Amino acid sequence: MEKIYYRSSHEYIKADGTTGYVGISEYAAKQLGVVTYVDMPEADDEFGAGEEFGAIESRKAASDLFAPVDCTVLEVNEDLESNPKLINENPLEAWIMKVEISDPSQLDDLMDQEAYDAFCASEQH
Amino acid sequence: MLGRCGATTLDDLYADVPDALRLKEPYRLPAPMSEPELERYFADIASQNRRLLCFAGAGFYNHYTPAAIPSLMARSEFLTAYTPYQPEISQGTLQYIFEYQSMMAELTGLDISNASMYDGATATAEAMLMAVNSVRKKRRILVASTVAPAVQQVLATYAAGPGITIEVIPEDGGVTDRTAFEAMLGAGDVAGVIVSQPNYYGIVEDYDGWADTCHSSKALLIMNCHASTLGALRSPGEWGADIACGEAQSLGMPLNYGGPYLGYLCCRENLIRKMPGRIVGATTDAEGRRSFVLTLQAREQHIRRQKATSNICSNQGIMTLHAAFYLALMGAEGLRKVNTLSYNAAHALADALCDTGMMRLKYPDKPFFNEFAIETIEPLSADALLAACLKKGILAGVRLSDSSILVAATEMNSPADIALCAETVKSLKS
Repeated sequence: MEKIYYRSSHEYIKADGTTGYVGISEYAAKQLGVVTYVDMPEADDEFGAGEEFGAIESRKAASDLFAPVDCTVLEVNEDLESNPKLINENPLEAWIMKVEISDPSQLDDLMDQEAYDAFCASEQH
Repeated sequence: MLGRCGATTLDDLYADVPDALRLKEPYRLPAPMSEPELERYFADIASQNRRLLCFAGAGFYNHYTPAAIPSLMARSEFLTAYTPYQPEISQGTLQYIFEYQSMMAELTGLDISNASMYDGATATAEAMLMAVNSVRKKRRILVASTVAPAVQQVLATYAAGPGITIEVIPEDGGVTDRTAFEAMLGAGDVAGVIVSQPNYYGIVEDYDGWADTCHSSKALLIMNCHASTLGALRSPGEWGADIACGEAQSLGMPLNYGGPYLGYLCCRENLIRKMPGRIVGATTDAEGRRSFVLTLQAREQHIRRQKATSNICSNQGIMTLHAAFYLALMGAEGLRKVNTLSYNAAHALADALCDTGMMRLKYPDKPFFNEFAIETIEPLSADALLAACLKKGILAGVRLSDSSILVAATEMNSPADIALCAETVKSLKS
């Protein structure tokens, strides 16, 4: 059963067992503006929780992307190469990388939807 | 902040400056002068300069500067224009940069050019950084020993900070040792390979298959070429190179005792996000009119910060303009003609020097372009030859060793010039 978790740096992971889809949240996509480029990793790359796995660029800013949990990249979303704006259209569907989660218990360290929404509300001062 | 940089005093920041070069006493400046006194003072110094017949190259060549160029460059709209961050008031500047980029891309046979770098050596260093930033986790760079020594030194300076390991591919008979290259590449962890064309000795090397070999090891091929020669030799793109870089001074820029010069940097489209410096793009404004802007700025260090490929946030605007004027004035045909005349002059000079019986080509079996390495036959020495020529007002070349010099010729060298040089050498027969 799929459940969504969020990191405080606004990446999400939609996890189902040991498979996860990582992307950026609606809040982040809105803050960033029109995405012009996504610097993605390659299949078989491994990242630790909190390790930088890529970057996302809009017209005015470039932000690093951080892995929500220890993982190994299975696939990257090639559609984003030709159409990065998909992230703005539907961030939760336009995942950046599909990963194998090494330690599912790390998901408990992340925020669920409710906690994340509250977090975002408090971020906006 | 000193502590943050790992220093205790301000002087610690100058630790890299050799003690012999540090200021020990205050400057001893002369007393103030009136304007006419000052003008006379400098005129006297300048009159001690001698205009020499130039056969020296080693990366910088005495090509002709068409009069139209300095005349146009001196226009205040161009000369004093600042960085074109505001496209609405900078269309002139942005347009000439765009045209320069287009012409450099065409000359190198690659997809993209940036708005220029400071000079050829730093452009090559930036190409090295691009390679390391493009090929994940690899930090070795192979550099052919036939790349100019000054460029190699700048590469070493730039490699020190990011911890890049530079290894020099040895030469054999004036060209890069291919077997050594393949062995060094095979050892793994190579992000890029840097070669020169023509090389430091003026030799046109055979890089057939090099690009494929690099790519099969996931390394990039970087070619450093003098911009003018791109108008006649096979382009880096045709050799399969990923990045082309080098010195553009040979596009009719005055030698000026070392500058200002111009670095160019071009690459294939897939590397565009790793390209440092400014890039100008063409677009349409709100009313659908064609216009130009700085683009892909999220690459640059003022946005990307420490993640940017480079900390450069400038370009060599006025010399980029010179290059754009030169290329537009000369055109493909004119540029080809400059190269043909230079090639012919160099070969005529090589023949004339060898005919004196006092000199012989160092690498007689290798094809050279407009520059060659030549040896003095005993008892003649390089220093004796250079001194004798200097007395006759000839800068005969660049010293390579006790018994060899690097000699170049351009369209500025007439048959009479060549004859004078050969005669001077012949007169040394004791």
